[in-house]
Amino acid sequence: MLQAVGVNKHFAGVQALREVDFELRPGQVHTLVGENGAGKSTLIKVLTGVYQPDGGRLLLDGEPVSFGRPLDAQAAGISTVYQEVNLVPSMSVAQNLFLGHEPRNRLRLIDFPGMRAQARELLSELGISVDPRRQLRTLGLGVQQMIAVARSVRARAKVVIMDEPSSSLEPREVETLFEVIRRLHERDVAVLYVSHRLEELYQICDTVTVLRDGQVVHSGPLAEIGRLELVATMLGRTLSSESDRTAFAGEHDSAERTVLRGKGLRRRTVLAGVDLTVHPGEVVGLGGLLGSGRTETMKALVGLQPLDEGEIEVAGRRIRAGSTPAAIRAGLVLVPEDRKAEGIIPNLSVRENIVLAALPRLSVAGVVSKRKQLEIVDTFMRRLRIKAASPEQRVSELSGGNQQKVMLARWLAMSPKVLLLDEPTRGIDVGAKAEVQALVDELAAQGLGIVMVSSDLEELVEGADRVVVLREGASVAELTGDQVTVDGVMAVIADEH
Amino acid sequence: MSTDKTMSAGPLLRRTAIRDYGVYLALLALIVVNVVITPNFLTGDNLRTQLVQVVPTLVVALGMALVIGTEGIDLSVGSVMAIAAALLPLYLGYGVVASILVCLLAGALAGLLSGSLVTFAGVQPIVATLALLVGGRGLALVIANGQLKQLYNPDLLALGSSSVIGIPLTVLVALALVIVVALLVERTTFGRQLVAVGGNRRAAEFAGLPVKRTLLTVYVLSGVFAAIAGVLASARLTASDPSSLGLLIELSAITAVVVGGTPLTGGRVRVIGTVAGALLMQLIAATLIKHDVPASITQMLEAALIAAAVLLQRERRSGK
Repeated sequence: MLQAVGVNKHFAGVQALREVDFELRPGQVHTLVGENGAGKSTLIKVLTGVYQPDGGRLLLDGEPVSFGRPLDAQAAGISTVYQEVNLVPSMSVAQNLFLGHEPRNRLRLIDFPGMRAQARELLSELGISVDPRRQLRTLGLGVQQMIAVARSVRARAKVVIMDEPSSSLEPREVETLFEVIRRLHERDVAVLYVSHRLEELYQICDTVTVLRDGQVVHSGPLAEIGRLELVATMLGRTLSSESDRTAFAGEHDSAERTVLRGKGLRRRTVLAGVDLTVHPGEVVGLGGLLGSGRTETMKALVGLQPLDEGEIEVAGRRIRAGSTPAAIRAGLVLVPEDRKAEGIIPNLSVRENIVLAALPRLSVAGVVSKRKQLEIVDTFMRRLRIKAASPEQRVSELSGGNQQKVMLARWLAMSPKVLLLDEPTRGIDVGAKAEVQALVDELAAQGLGIVMVSSDLEELVEGADRVVVLREGASVAELTGDQVTVDGVMAVIADEH
Repeated sequence: MSTDKTMSAGPLLRRTAIRDYGVYLALLALIVVNVVITPNFLTGDNLRTQLVQVVPTLVVALGMALVIGTEGIDLSVGSVMAIAAALLPLYLGYGVVASILVCLLAGALAGLLSGSLVTFAGVQPIVATLALLVGGRGLALVIANGQLKQLYNPDLLALGSSSVIGIPLTVLVALALVIVVALLVERTTFGRQLVAVGGNRRAAEFAGLPVKRTLLTVYVLSGVFAAIAGVLASARLTASDPSSLGLLIELSAITAVVVGGTPLTGGRVRVIGTVAGALLMQLIAATLIKHDVPASITQMLEAALIAAAVLLQRERRSGK
């Protein structure tokens, strides 16, 4: 249906795509995998008219096409669903579905009843149960994404491209998304599905194309390539036959005394009683669904959200709730979930981002010492293997994995006692993921107390020594030792649901 | 992704070079042009005049650059100048120093007011300082009884007219302030926190930075700088003129800052660029006046410059 033949694309001397052949067939659910920088997003941008290829051709239904701009690709039936939804939040679901193509009545006015009826029909065909009259902003991100997909179906798209659609969805929403994808498949729509989560690919995709360094290194049915082999192909190396899929080594030795204790944390509707203790040298996982209060617990611990009730102790000393500086002084720091919005300062350099929190420590009478800064930056860039052209490179130019390491460096420079990691490996490529995981182990081994939130259950149970499971804002169970398994955590989460 | 970066490396590099150094090139070019076409341009008298005239705008622009660095804006500077000018003659009985200190204190209070609105009440900077722009001018007129007052204090007049080794005192004051602000931005904790707050306020909060204190301080500093500009301008005019002093100066100050390479989106403060920006605007106006070009043309030219500067600063839209 949509075919790329011998596509080349280079940017300022770097060959981003080299002789790429790629084909999407009707009814196919095709996944494109590769490490960051392999050329995935460049290829998608070529297919959707954002970039023009330097060489090679695009064929649509066997006919050569060229998309001068994204609109051309859309007109040809190629629709893209991004992680951030491109819809109008203040409008209703039906209005969003028909935006720009509203059905008219005899007076040439918008036929609202007709529009709603059509919208209802379309949504039910796709198995999305939502009232078309509802305002989009009142819906969860997952549903909004479904609406975006439904919109491309309404526009009779032949090809739907989904770029990391599941990264902000909770498991239940992912299920619904997959259901919608299955319906697309039945309608002979070709789906290109990009995700960092291998597990999902095996659930929903039938064909895989692997890119590495701008070239197609493998293409074929997904069922014929094992998970380990796929990762090895992506990375271009043969992996040692580790049974664990994450880089976590296993148990950590932890001391008896506690380094962090949260007692009865409550905040309005968000937190309904969370208890948590962390020992030095231990990784405690926080389990639970999206919206169960994991991130809120982390934020409350470091004072980014006020508490109505509850006590926080760091190394036996109670700290003032609701004050981030107080938490940081006590040695309790958070690497936030949303690196872009809450973590890095994009226009500052790697150096400036690393020393940001430590500035007062590196200053005498408010004047920052350049030498001390460079010492710290040098130490942590080497220790965390941060790959940057120089400490003066802008942090926004680094890959996600390296940005995450910069965030870790910022806090390690404060010599913390407890490190809170909210989704530490989200949105970073496989190689960097393993490095970050190994780093978490290493830090725990050095005696840090670590609390980790991860939506990836495998990561959670393999990384954590104990898992505290949250449900509806309260800690409902603590799993230790042999209980820490994916099934164990799921069983607790699923209770009452 | 890395490919997106490498793609734009070439044009982006040139682009940032123009963005970062364009103002110096433009200033240099304008000076060269003037040396050729304007008679007596390179005389000490002329240069002194140009520098003396740019001082109020420059001093205001220094404070403005800090505010803009936090993704804010301060429209109240002209009115704060007027308040300072109105207060100046009232306390001359206690000596020039005391009188000036009163003016600076008033500037600080004005900044504290708009800064508090921004920081604690969450009012948008443009609205908070617009309120002070309107109200401040009124207050200044109330203080001065609506009247222009001639200044006679010899010490004060000396501040406006005397020179040290041929350089006017007001210019030296401005120069000292430039150095102080440049060091403040580049070398101090406060300066680094300021850019971080402007670059990503949420991330700054997450990093435990004193975000509110930083914002408040920035507005207070802008108020103090405006008050200094008010004192210097009054001393040079030998009059306290609360009804027209500093009218529209917020616009020339913002222009100087933006043309100097500080983006309105915050996260970056270019102090020396601001100086060049202020000089550039001053020199353009002076050149056109000297060659009998109507003021209306000057305004249009300034507008073109602002547009060009803002266009250059626009972040490249990523295809994502």
